[in-house]
Amino acid sequence: MTRVLDVRDLSVSFPAADGRRFHPVDGVSLTLDRGETLALVGESGCGKSLTSLALLRLVPAPGRVDAGSVIRLGDTDVLALKGEALRRIRGRRIGMIFQDPMTSLNPVFTAGDQIAEGIRAHFRVSKSEARARALRLLEEVGIPDPEERLDAYPHQLSGGMRQRVMIAIALAAEPEILVADEPTTALDVTVQAQILEVLDRLRRSRGMAVLLITHDLGIVAGRADRVAVMYAGQIVEEAGTAELFAHPSHPYTQGLFASVPRITGPLRRLTPIRGTVPPPTEWPSGCRFRPRCPQAFDKSVLAPELMPVGPGHRMRCWLAEEPAAQVELSRRSG
Amino acid sequence: MTAAPEALRSVWRAPGGRAGLAFLLFLVLLALAGPLVLPDPVRQFDLVELAGAPPGPDHPFGTDQLSRDVLSRVVSGARVSLAVATLAVALSVTLGAAVGLVAGYQGGAVDAALMRLVDAALAVPRLFLLLLVLAVPERVPLVALIVLMGATGWFATSRLIRAEVLRLREEAFVHAAEALGASGRRIIFRHLLVNSAGPLLVAATLGVGDVILLEAGLSFLGLGVQPPTPSWGGMILDARSVLVMAPWVGIFPGIAITLTVLATNLVGDALRDALDPRGA
Repeated sequence: MTRVLDVRDLSVSFPAADGRRFHPVDGVSLTLDRGETLALVGESGCGKSLTSLALLRLVPAPGRVDAGSVIRLGDTDVLALKGEALRRIRGRRIGMIFQDPMTSLNPVFTAGDQIAEGIRAHFRVSKSEARARALRLLEEVGIPDPEERLDAYPHQLSGGMRQRVMIAIALAAEPEILVADEPTTALDVTVQAQILEVLDRLRRSRGMAVLLITHDLGIVAGRADRVAVMYAGQIVEEAGTAELFAHPSHPYTQGLFASVPRITGPLRRLTPIRGTVPPPTEWPSGCRFRPRCPQAFDKSVLAPELMPVGPGHRMRCWLAEEPAAQVELSRRSG
Repeated sequence: MTAAPEALRSVWRAPGGRAGLAFLLFLVLLALAGPLVLPDPVRQFDLVELAGAPPGPDHPFGTDQLSRDVLSRVVSGARVSLAVATLAVALSVTLGAAVGLVAGYQGGAVDAALMRLVDAALAVPRLFLLLLVLAVPERVPLVALIVLMGATGWFATSRLIRAEVLRLREEAFVHAAEALGASGRRIIFRHLLVNSAGPLLVAATLGVGDVILLEAGLSFLGLGVQPPTPSWGGMILDARSVLVMAPWVGIFPGIAITLTVLATNLVGDALRDALDPRGA
């Protein structure tokens, strides 16, 4: 497997009012191989979108990526790039799809125009060649009557079609990585499935790696190879998708599963995770989930590292240290 | 851009907008075609018999004290006024858009410096600024007048466009374009400029009315368009001495100024309503 993305100890910080800096993304490490889908799951405010923006060095001012962070795209050290070199990786190496297809397209240009813009930002091709490629991309993302849609303005397209156009734009420069930040959140359920299907098909046909950012565990199953769960700026659990769904180990992940309604199985009351995600300025010391955790114990006042709990399965919780607890964990979730 | 004909249609649907647009179209046609059929505006017909003749079949708007045809002069004045106003506004809107785009997109020190400059310029009344410059030379060529009015008219426009750019910069499609590797130049021209075309168009339309009024005022003070080139303000200036005996000499250019400025304001307001996403 070719490693296309290697992120180590990524931290992003913003200045706080009192002059100190707070870290909405704090020591995130993740890797992505060619053709692989990694799902980054977490609630709003956990730092997952900021992580994806940091990959392209698009952290909004006054935020910055902290020293010691590593972002490698193949052989490219992203954090060492600047100016034109930086522009050239945006879209070309990593393509991005955003949450809201209603606002992510420029209202005054046609779909074809905007796809062609993406092509011409990275390749020296004629306008007619760019248009021909745009047409092929629209076909590839499964838009009906692509010829006609090429000249349609965003307001003439439905939400699902706009998201397909967004995907076509993200694909325009043939990136090896596609970052999809909540790509289906703004869409109807039926359209969601179609969009995920398109992403999956493109991943297979182009051998792209996909970083799927979502708060919805439901769309992760069956789509992602691996899952990383984020809480309060850190990855708290990571595992292969099947393993994670079979043995969710971190109390936060378990809480996420317990708050999702199930269609099968006995009818039971949903158990929401109590409390809310604290803002990054007020993250507790020790384990950050401690104030909300039903299983917090004396050791939780110390900050845990990611520790192995199974094959390719790690979590940031002291419970991982205790074999007894592990047995109990897997029994409960099994 | 599809929005342009759409906006024009909704201006036409608004009663005020339609009246204004119709009048301006009529005026433009008149200014273009009028001189072909009307007598020469500087021709003195008969200094003895026809000086200050009242409106009649030969001279519908009468003649002035030099026996020149007032209708021809009003039509010629329209030519001058419209041309001067359009060119001056084209210049001021270009300058305003450029400064607003740069300030809004760059932000930081560049933005602060440009906006303080604009603040300072806005603190001095435009007429004073112009009088200061125009009072010095003996004669001011028409081109210089246009440039001066354009160069003093962009301050408010730059503020407007800067505000628009600050809003647009946070739009998802601008972020998306950035993420996909669009260069700064592309973002400025394709995404920021094109999407602020609406307010820019409204500012330009209303600016035309302002400049017509300003030019008339300057010409009335003898500092604007120089004789013998006919201009509405200049005609009113000339009419002062004969206003009691031959009021038509001053009334017709006065009406022309009023109607033209009214028409541009009506069109500007209708355009604003048409382009305002919050709706009228």
